[in-house]
Amino acid sequence: MNDVFQLSVIAGILTSAIRLATPYLYAAIGETFSQRSGVLNLGVDGIMLLSAYASFYVVLNTSSIWLGLLAAIVVGLLMGLLMSFVSVTLKAEQGISGIGLYMFGLGLSSLLFKITIGTVKTVTGFQPVKIPLLGNIPVIGEIFFNHSLLVYGAFLLVPVAWWILEKTTWGLRIKSVGQNPAAADSLGVNVDRVRYVSVCIGAMLAGIAGASLSISLLNLFQDNLTAGQGFIAVALVYFGGWKPVGILWGALLFSTVNAFQLWMQVLGVNIPSDVAIMLPYLLTIAALAVTINRVRQPAALNKPFERGES
Amino acid sequence: MPPEKDEKAVHARRFDFFGLFFNALLPLAGMLLALLIGAIMLLILKVNPLTAYAQMINGAFGSVSGLTQTLVKATPLLLVGLGICIAFRASVINIGGEGQIIVGALAATWFPLTFRTWPGWLLIPSTLLVGFMAGAIWGFVPGILKARLRVNEILTTVMMNAVALQLMNLLVRSVLMDPAGISAGTYLAQSERLPEQAWLMRLVPKTLLNTGSLIAVALAIVVYIFLWRTTIGYRIRAVGFNAEAARFSGINVPFNQALSLTLAGGFAGIAGAIEVMGVQHRLLEGITSGYGFSGIVAALFGGLHPLGTIPASILFGALLVGGDKMQRAVQVPNSLIDAILGLVVLFVVGSALWSRRWAAHRQMAAAKNQEEQA
Repeated sequence: MNDVFQLSVIAGILTSAIRLATPYLYAAIGETFSQRSGVLNLGVDGIMLLSAYASFYVVLNTSSIWLGLLAAIVVGLLMGLLMSFVSVTLKAEQGISGIGLYMFGLGLSSLLFKITIGTVKTVTGFQPVKIPLLGNIPVIGEIFFNHSLLVYGAFLLVPVAWWILEKTTWGLRIKSVGQNPAAADSLGVNVDRVRYVSVCIGAMLAGIAGASLSISLLNLFQDNLTAGQGFIAVALVYFGGWKPVGILWGALLFSTVNAFQLWMQVLGVNIPSDVAIMLPYLLTIAALAVTINRVRQPAALNKPFERGES
Repeated sequence: MPPEKDEKAVHARRFDFFGLFFNALLPLAGMLLALLIGAIMLLILKVNPLTAYAQMINGAFGSVSGLTQTLVKATPLLLVGLGICIAFRASVINIGGEGQIIVGALAATWFPLTFRTWPGWLLIPSTLLVGFMAGAIWGFVPGILKARLRVNEILTTVMMNAVALQLMNLLVRSVLMDPAGISAGTYLAQSERLPEQAWLMRLVPKTLLNTGSLIAVALAIVVYIFLWRTTIGYRIRAVGFNAEAARFSGINVPFNQALSLTLAGGFAGIAGAIEVMGVQHRLLEGITSGYGFSGIVAALFGGLHPLGTIPASILFGALLVGGDKMQRAVQVPNSLIDAILGLVVLFVVGSALWSRRWAAHRQMAAAKNQEEQA
């Protein structure tokens, strides 16, 4: 048990935590755009799966990680368009259309994987890039400054998303459409267009989240690769109070618990792995119960907008 | 009861042929569209869609074993779907079917293995009840969190799925593990066989069709009566129809939403119990087979009506059985069926817009008629 408290182990856990936060950050911040505009996209996990497959397939066949990333973004965009068409244009019940999108992504990614790849293979994905000077600091450098570009990108996304949402006209439009679409509409904001764009931004980021698993963190693809991480990402949006910084803390909390659990298994600490895997989910439920009333959700979340109503 | 509601109830009872026709036609159109897209996917994968779909139909309906297997798969879909009907009628979204099936199956494995000397007439009903209760608890937790703390039930039910899955993995590898597997050294992740008097009777020899299917149909009728002929059912529907109005007429909205989620969990729990008692006779990993999700599709397809869910479940049971047959015959992975199910969901909820517009159009026309007559 003493091993746990050694510096190297703590550094290892923290390094893993930073890495593992990556998919949560992309997916949850993407979902924030979508939810801020009033659309609950529950299909994040499905988008992640299909994009993870697409980027893996492209890297496997072209060895180009950038083409792989592009494939993930394009697939995300297509899934986002599908989701917005059903939820915005056709004004469907969002919770259910999201589940439809999830099942579609899960089924299609598994189908394509079985037909085009078949067995679990690995690729050479994004490699760690050591940041000059900072990366040389002992321990700290290893924990924070020796990761792949997708990991840095995820953390850079936090201030960028904050800036877009709080400091730009576009951010204001997104928020107004999610808060009071009728008022935004009367001021000449095209509610449907803003929602389309927001959902698609979210879906493309979910696509990057998928790619971060298949061509950066794990460098492989298998059936149901995400194992529900997309759903946790949606929960993180609630947990983080629809704010990028809140989501950052939430993602780090989760990834740290996850990293801790993985390291406990590596060190052979005697907890059944099932209990360990269960922990993040129980934590999510508890976290939702504790934090849910702290921040009000966007008033028009999960409510399709129709002109001339209310 | 406010007079406005009375009028609504009368409206609902009047036979609306066109409405009914339209409401049944839209999902079918959605299904056809999904199958069409599935056919395009098959073409891209260089499989003849006609051969593949012919194999599906043949697999699901072409033989006694296929037909009974369709009904066996329809049973959990119907039970999960019934719960979905209750929950969605109270505008609560239950994504937790998978977890609720699992805990129902766990409880229905543990109970008869513990009380293995009980006679069948006592053991079977009590095991079903225990399965129901386990599922109900799994629905109650998100329900009470929603009622008391306004925690989004979609998220909690999803998390409860993951917790249930790990719980099963844990138990089936420890206390519930088959002692025969342990002594033989195979350590298969499955439970001991249930005592024979806990098995549900098989209806057709050499098939898996069992009395569980009859129980499910009976429960569909019970749920119909519950929702449309009892006060509690009326309240649940009122909450879903217009929560604000329900609150003003003194209905406890959070309580009814929690209740509907608890019941939804209970029905999924029974589905899990029947899988164990009627089909597998033991607990296996993967016992849910995704029924928790496909049950949602069946309920949506059945118009969130308990009786409509019966034919819808059979249809999707056939799709699942046909998908397995297709996998064996033309080597198309049955994941295609998952993708098609997802598309069906998207199209069915998407097409609800037209059905709402149609209803509004008819209401306007009726009002105009009345005006003219006056």
